[in-house]
Amino acid sequence: MLDFVQQLVSGVALGCVYGLIALGFVLVYKATEVVNFAQGDLMMLGGFFAFTFIGLLGFNYWIGFACAVAAMALFGMLAERLVVRPILGYPQFSIIMATIGLGYFLRSVVGMIWGTDDFKIETPFSQGVLRIGSLVLAYDKLSVIAATVILCALLYLFFKRTMLGTAMRASSENMLAAYYMGIPVKRVVSIVWAISASVATCAGVLLAPITFIHSNVGLVLGLKAFPAAVLGGFGSIPGAVVGGVLIGVIESMAGFYLAEGWKDVAPYVVLLAVLLLKPEGLFGLRIRKKV
Amino acid sequence: MRFMFKTDYEDDIRLFPHSGYLFSYGTLLVLLAIAPFVLSSYIVSQLVFVCIYATVGVGLMILTGFTGQASLGHAAFLAIGAYTAAYLQQFNVPFPVYFLAAGLLTGVIGALVGFPALRLQGIYLVIATISFALIVEEILARWESVTHGNEGMRVKTIQLLGTTVPRDSPAFYFLCLGVLILTIVGTLNLLRSPTGRAFVAIRDSETAARSMGVNVSLYKVKSFAISAAITGFAGCLFAHKLSFISPEMFTLQLSIEFIIVILIGGTFSLHGAVLGAIFIVMIDPFLTYLKDDVPGMVAGVAATLGAGAERAAHIQNSVSAFASANGLKGAIYGIIIVLFVLFEPLGLYGRWLKIKLFFQLFPLYKRATFKRQKIYVKSERYR
Repeated sequence: MLDFVQQLVSGVALGCVYGLIALGFVLVYKATEVVNFAQGDLMMLGGFFAFTFIGLLGFNYWIGFACAVAAMALFGMLAERLVVRPILGYPQFSIIMATIGLGYFLRSVVGMIWGTDDFKIETPFSQGVLRIGSLVLAYDKLSVIAATVILCALLYLFFKRTMLGTAMRASSENMLAAYYMGIPVKRVVSIVWAISASVATCAGVLLAPITFIHSNVGLVLGLKAFPAAVLGGFGSIPGAVVGGVLIGVIESMAGFYLAEGWKDVAPYVVLLAVLLLKPEGLFGLRIRKKV
Repeated sequence: MRFMFKTDYEDDIRLFPHSGYLFSYGTLLVLLAIAPFVLSSYIVSQLVFVCIYATVGVGLMILTGFTGQASLGHAAFLAIGAYTAAYLQQFNVPFPVYFLAAGLLTGVIGALVGFPALRLQGIYLVIATISFALIVEEILARWESVTHGNEGMRVKTIQLLGTTVPRDSPAFYFLCLGVLILTIVGTLNLLRSPTGRAFVAIRDSETAARSMGVNVSLYKVKSFAISAAITGFAGCLFAHKLSFISPEMFTLQLSIEFIIVILIGGTFSLHGAVLGAIFIVMIDPFLTYLKDDVPGMVAGVAATLGAGAERAAHIQNSVSAFASANGLKGAIYGIIIVLFVLFEPLGLYGRWLKIKLFFQLFPLYKRATFKRQKIYVKSERYR
């Protein structure tokens, strides 16, 4: 039982990271119908920015975190402007390829600048554990879970209560209609990319104490975030986080209870099963085909 | 400018619309036939890879280019072909038999993948094929009684008609070239048959195809099977060319390379598969050249422009450090993909068509001829 809870918590913590990456996918997908295959790599780049600010330049953890988020928000806008905006409106396949290319580029450039070693960010929660009876929970894992909850609450308030959030929901419903209503769709999309890159950065920084940051981490985790997003129904923000947590727990349980090898495959088996049985995901909308 | 008068359907679907085609493809064939005796063995070896990649490219083109079903899992089909060949070879099965078996088994598995894929569209299909490829990769690593896991498998040289065909001999080159040509001709014939027409109809509009009486599910599965089978044949040759296979060769990276092949070549014509394959395979020699020769040249240019010897040496060092940096290949791939998607979505073959049209219509060429239509409404979600 104790093992089970331990596995559950580490699964949830890892799942929160998947969920945050998946959240980035979903934000961009909802706003522009673009699936950003470079989302994992944005997370990796955010992690490296944070590593540079905190580890190399010696900033305070929180200041470094904020700087990394701000830098990545700018980077997200830049990527949107340079790569995505010119091909909006073209078939999805070309946009997928463009973001795959962007991911390739980021991975190798990060490898060239920072090297291909593993890096670690010192955080205030790196050390220390919470003991409840004989249950031992590491602070770094709890911090991931707490941060995800806070971030989700902030995003929820942002989308429900602010003008900008409403504009974003409007343009994700129907870009053309939103444009006719006077919403500056281009700027909105740009901001969506900034938010999605910032969320990815949070995931990267939170991930750093659990697994190390290296130039390929984005590819590995980005691929695991797809099952999360699909499980949650690709267009649903709470679905992404719930899906991420489920995938994290499934992976962690499969690693503990099933034979070796299942841990890496389990998320994809779940993904294929979901696609076959309930393609709209847990929270997705059933959309009718129109001619 | 040549005017083609077509009086019946047979004229329209002819493989060689006029004698010019016969001449140019004949010349190309002759050049390819004398290539292994003229070019260095390194280049011939690269040409073999071009043939294999182009074969996979043709297979992927049938699925992605002509049926409109994107797949990022073709490395898995290649792996299944390669492992089937390597496994059957252990029991002294003759080459023609296991070559066919590799293609057939991969085709059957392709059809099995095609069934679940029927319900999926666009992005979901891409994700599903990625998952399929990752699962196959893991199975290859774990099913040790058959695949020897991560140790990999040795592949012996081909025994054909009582002689051996070593992997760097001209005979192997001709074998790969023959397979490629057969694949291309077969695919061309397929595409002008009712099956091929149905594929293209499905790509252009599934709903319209269905209302014209095309059995969409059947043809999608067929397309998956044919595409996978061709990739399986290529996998058999791939295994022989490398003479050693292990699971980490068939990663997502390879699937993406195959997609790059057709994307760079141009996804609307078989020419694209070959051009793209040439492009992808020749990046490696190009990078070697970049590493070896360019730094010296840059330093020479700098010296002639009046930089001091010390300065020139410094420039040479920094250029060579850049050229031999670890991730340069990945960065170049990334930039190439993005640039092609942004500026040349029709690929290399599209560029060739544009140049040809420019000269045919000389003063009257309009850029707008090739302009793509942008659709801002949320069509793909509802399709």
